[in-house]
Amino acid sequence: MLREISEIFGSKDVQIGSILDEVLISVAPAKLLETCEILKGNPGLQFDFLRCLSVVDYEDSFQVVYHLWSMGHRYKLVVKTNTEYEQPKVPSIVSIWPSADWFEREGRDLFGVDFEGHPGLKPLLLWEGFEGFPGRKSFPFHEYEEW
Amino acid sequence: MVEATSSQPLEPMNIMINMGPQHPATHGVFRMVLWVDGERVVDVEPHIGYLHRGSEKLCEGEVYPQIVTLFDRLDYISNLNNELVFTMAVEKLMDVQVPERAEYIRVILCELNRISSHLLFYGTFGLDAGAMTPALYSFRERERIQRLFESVTGARMMHNYFRVGGLKQDVPEDFNERVLQVIQELEKAINECDQLLSKNEVFLARTRNIGVISSEDAIALGVSGPSLRATGIPYDLRVIEPYSVYDRFEFDIPVGKLGDSWERYALRVEEMRQSVSIIKQALQQLPENSPVMASGLRRLPRPPKGEVYVRAENPRGEFGVYLVSAGETKPYRVKVRAPSFVNLQALKLLLRNVYVADAVVILGSLDIVLGEVDR
Repeated sequence: MLREISEIFGSKDVQIGSILDEVLISVAPAKLLETCEILKGNPGLQFDFLRCLSVVDYEDSFQVVYHLWSMGHRYKLVVKTNTEYEQPKVPSIVSIWPSADWFEREGRDLFGVDFEGHPGLKPLLLWEGFEGFPGRKSFPFHEYEEW
Repeated sequence: MVEATSSQPLEPMNIMINMGPQHPATHGVFRMVLWVDGERVVDVEPHIGYLHRGSEKLCEGEVYPQIVTLFDRLDYISNLNNELVFTMAVEKLMDVQVPERAEYIRVILCELNRISSHLLFYGTFGLDAGAMTPALYSFRERERIQRLFESVTGARMMHNYFRVGGLKQDVPEDFNERVLQVIQELEKAINECDQLLSKNEVFLARTRNIGVISSEDAIALGVSGPSLRATGIPYDLRVIEPYSVYDRFEFDIPVGKLGDSWERYALRVEEMRQSVSIIKQALQQLPENSPVMASGLRRLPRPPKGEVYVRAENPRGEFGVYLVSAGETKPYRVKVRAPSFVNLQALKLLLRNVYVADAVVILGSLDIVLGEVDR
């Protein structure tokens, strides 16, 4: 699989690495949609199942991590993209994997990452009108008081 | 009397019905807003988050042994399966080899937990479809498993039994006999339950061809577990990506054809039989008189800097943990991929153009646990 991925992405602005037993692709947010479309559409890869979508707060930037799985080939892959801390923006991948819908709404809820192109980034886990992003490291932890 | 001045026909109007969050058929604090046109559901808007406790954030403030207790409280019907995924994630990051005996005990307990979870589904799904009796039978059988758990872990639900590197303590002396006895009773009970409900004519009428989802839609929406297998895809992580010692057992993955509510139900009944078979094999292979905890571990595990994504087949589907460690005694980030959270997204598609009465059956057939939906 690594060979196929390096053949497909060898000439593009993508970094290929690995984490433990998984292949890792790092890509800039601007190139994310294009990369994901290839990952899903290419018959040699066919990543059709989104295992997980996580947002990680690294205090100077946000990282969005996509764990993918290919039902047909039984391949697994991790895609990562970094975005700035002040105005985090990542293109939405709902058009490619519809299951990303709630994951992205949760990411917006807890971390304030703006998933551009999402059909409705309404609050999901928090109530409407909640202030702040409780997933962030900067959000008060033990000191937090609701009442 | 008011005279009809307008000859225009009445405009069709969709009526909004609010269901939940306090509603017995939503299996917890789940709210959905239905727009109905007569008896047909036109659209549905699910609302979740009523049980949001910020578990993922809480994990960042606790040391690793404490986090096991938080995982108990995610999917509170299959606690041990959750604990297993978390401990496996830390073990993979630390490269710890778990003793064989501990692995087998984990598998036995997890499969028992799967049966108890499916039994609860069996009972509540019967209630959703209008059958009262199955719930009484399933709770009677579930009690046997709960009692066994209590003797092993000390708790009926929130076990806190698995540790990074093994188990809290060894099982009681009479464990093997008790498990054997329980699964013998369960085998009989599963057949009994099957006969009681599965082919009941009213039950079939309520569930057959109701809430059909195609395999393409199910994959696109990320559905996993029995709900995905009901569409005909043999996606079971115990076989596809064997973890723990699951590669040493022989068992079938039941799959469906249509992907309707009845198949989602029938698969779970069949899965209980497969779990019994796994437990039997595990009991035979269970090594005696050996440790249940890896040696040379620090009391406070400190995984190296790095990250890992571990997933396992929970009763409800693929349960994943994405763990980022900064080399501290507390994790940097824990993300839980909860199967119910993802499966519930299929509801919008499943409830389109069905009868209002079927909405409850379809929601029940997805078998959600709000503890892990909201986290």
